Amino acid sequence: MSVSGNLREPALAKRHRIGQLFEWLCCGSTWFGMVVLALLLLSIGWKAMAWPTPDADAVDRAAATKTDAKVAASLSPRPLSARFLTSYDSRIPQKAGIKAALWGSLWLLVFVAITTVPVGVGAAVYLEEYSNEGRWKRIIQVNLSNLAGVPSIVYGILGLTVFVRMFGLFGHDGKVLDLNLGFAMLSLPLPFERSVISGALTLSLLVLPTVIVSAQEALRAVPSSIRNASYALGATQWQTIRHQVLPAAMPGIMTGVILSLSRAMGETAPLIMIGALTYLAKCPGKIDGVAAVWEHPTRLLEAPFDVFTSLPIQIFNWVSRAQPEYDHLAAAGIMVLLVVLMVMNTAAILIRNRFQRRTQW
Amino acid sequence: MTIMQSFSELMHQRQQRETVKRSRPVETETDVSKLEVSNLNFFYGEKQALFDVSMTVPERSVTAFIGPSGCGKSTFLRTLNRMNDIIEGTRLTGKVTLEGQDIYADDVDVVALRKRVGMVFQKSTPFPKSIFENVAYGPKIAGQRNQKELQGIVEQSLKRAALWEEVKDRMQDSALALSGGQQQRLCIARALATNPDVLLMDEPASALDPASTARIEDLIFELKQNYTIVIVTHNMQQAARISDWTAFFFQGYLIEKDRTQKLFTTPKKKQTEDYITGRFG
Ligand SMILES: Nc1ncnc2c1ncn2[C@@H]1O[C@H](COP(=O)(O)OP(=O)(O)OP(=O)(O)O)[C@@H](O)[C@H]1O
Ligand SMILES: [Mg+2]
Repeated sequence: MSVSGNLREPALAKRHRIGQLFEWLCCGSTWFGMVVLALLLLSIGWKAMAWPTPDADAVDRAAATKTDAKVAASLSPRPLSARFLTSYDSRIPQKAGIKAALWGSLWLLVFVAITTVPVGVGAAVYLEEYSNEGRWKRIIQVNLSNLAGVPSIVYGILGLTVFVRMFGLFGHDGKVLDLNLGFAMLSLPLPFERSVISGALTLSLLVLPTVIVSAQEALRAVPSSIRNASYALGATQWQTIRHQVLPAAMPGIMTGVILSLSRAMGETAPLIMIGALTYLAKCPGKIDGVAAVWEHPTRLLEAPFDVFTSLPIQIFNWVSRAQPEYDHLAAAGIMVLLVVLMVMNTAAILIRNRFQRRTQW
Repeated sequence: MTIMQSFSELMHQRQQRETVKRSRPVETETDVSKLEVSNLNFFYGEKQALFDVSMTVPERSVTAFIGPSGCGKSTFLRTLNRMNDIIEGTRLTGKVTLEGQDIYADDVDVVALRKRVGMVFQKSTPFPKSIFENVAYGPKIAGQRNQKELQGIVEQSLKRAALWEEVKDRMQDSALALSGGQQQRLCIARALATNPDVLLMDEPASALDPASTARIEDLIFELKQNYTIVIVTHNMQQAARISDWTAFFFQGYLIEKDRTQKLFTTPKKKQTEDYITGRFG
C-alpha cells in the first residue's frame, strides 16, 4: 500500500515502459526507411562500379569475335567512369555514355526554370496580395491543389496535344516561322514537335501548381506588420510587394522552386508520352560544351527546337534492354541522376538556412 | 491618494521636465485645428466599432486617447490615415478632414495622405534590413535617389528620435539586432523621415521598460514643436504627463474630450471619472 507522496510508484513504472516502447517504435520506423535507402544505394553503387561477370556463353562469343587490343582499350573498365559522362549512347554497352541525356536534362532544367519562376511567382503574388477573398479565389485554390495531385502521365497527354501537335492547327507537315531577331534568324517550327521546348513546357505545367502553392505559403508567412509598416510610410502596394514582401518571401519561394525543379528532372512518364527519344547520339543543337557555343553561337537558338533525351529516359531505356551490361549502365545513370538531385536539394537547404538567419522577426 | 493629489503630482513632474528644457515654450499649441472628425461611424463587416465620433485635433499639440481595451482607440486612430482601408470588409460613414480637406474624398490618394499622416505601431516593426535602409525607406519610395540627401535625412531623423548617438557607428547592421526600445525609436525615426505633419502613435511605449518609456515621452515632448501628435495609451499617468488634450473612449463612443488637466481633475461624465479613478476598466 503506497502512502500519498511516495516517490516510488509501481504503477508509474508501467507507464514509463509504454513510453519507452513507443519511442523504440518511432525510432524503428525512422531506421526502416534509412536501411532500405542504404540497401538500394549499395546495390546500385555496386552495380555501377563493375560490369557483370561474363557467363560462359559471353566468353565464348568474345573469343569468337576476338577483339584486338585497340578496341579493348576503348572499352570502359567500369560502367561509371569519366568516359561514361562524355560519350553518347551506344550499341556496345562498354562504349555507351550519358552525355546526350545530361545535356538534354540541362536544357530542360533551364527552360522549366525560365517558364516556371515568373508564371508561378506571378500567380502566387496575384492570389495572395491582390485578389479579394471570394468564390473565384476559392475555386482557383481548390483547383491548384487538385492539379498538384494529377498523375504526371496526364500532363504528358496534355503536352502531346498542346505543344507537340498544337491541336493539328498547322496541318500535317507543320510550318516554320522565320523570325529575324536582328542579330540572328530564329526558325520557329510550329508545332513544336518532340523538341526540348515541348518537354520543358510540359514539365512546367506539371510543377506549376506546386510552385504556386509553395510560393503562396512563403508569401503568407511574411508578417502583415511588415506590410502595414510599409503602407504607413506611404508606399504603394507595388512598392510594398517589391521592396518588402518579395525579399522576405524569397528564401521560401526559392526552396519551393528548386524542389519542384528537381522533381521535374526526375520525371519520365510525361516525356515518354510526348515522344522524347530513347536512343539519341547527339546533344540538343549539337552543343556539347562551351567551345561549341563559342564557335557556333546561333546553335543556342536551334537547341530548344531540337530533339532530346533526358537522364530518366536514358535510364528507362537501358533498364528495358536485354543484355545484363545495360542493367549496370542504368545503375551508373541512376547514380548520376541521384547526384544531380542531391546537389539541387542541398542548394535548396543552403538557401533556406542562409536567409533564415538573416530574416527572423 | 486622491485623484486630485496624484494628478497635481504628475503636473509637477511635468513642469520640472519643462523647466529642464527651458529653451522651448511650454505651449506650442495654436488655435488652428489640424484634424476634424465629424459623425464618424465605423464597421468591421456587420459589427460597428465606432459610434458617431466627433472631435478636433489642434495643431502642434499632443492628444491622448484613453479607454478600456477593445473600446475602439486603435480603430479610431487608423481612420485618421486610412490604414483601415487595408482590412477587408470595413466600412465608414462620416467625415474626416485634414486641414479642411476631406481625406475620404474620392480623389484623395491614400499614399499622399499617409505621407502627411505618419504612424508608429504598438509593436515595433523594423524591416529586416539595415538601420540605414529602414530609415531611408520612406524617402526612397517617395522618389529620393540622391545618396547624399538620403544620408542627411537619415541622420536628421535619427537625431530627432534620439537614436543617432547609439547607432551612428553601425548604420549597416541589421535593425533586428537593436533592443526593443531602440527598435521603437527607430520606427519613430522612420516615420519622421517621410516628414509628416501628423504623427499617430498606437501605444508606442507599451512594450518598453521605464527608461525607454521616459526617452520616448521626452521625444514626444520635443516633437510637439513641429508635429501634431495623437497617441493611444493605456497608461493614464503617461497621458497626464505628456498630453495637452485627452479623449476618453468607451465601447465605441467618445465619452469626453477635454484639456488633459481638466479631464483628469474635473471630469464631466461619470464614466470618465470611474475609469480614471480605476473603478473599472
Ligand atoms: N480587424 C478587425 N476585424 C474585426 N473586428 C476588429 C478588428 N480590429 C478590431 N476589431 C474590433 O473592434 C473593436 C475595437 O478594437 P480596437 O483595436 O480599436 O480596440 P482598442 O481600443 O485599440 O483596444 P486595445 O486597447 O486593446 O488595443 C474591438 O471590439 C475589436 O474586437
Ligand atoms: Mg489598440
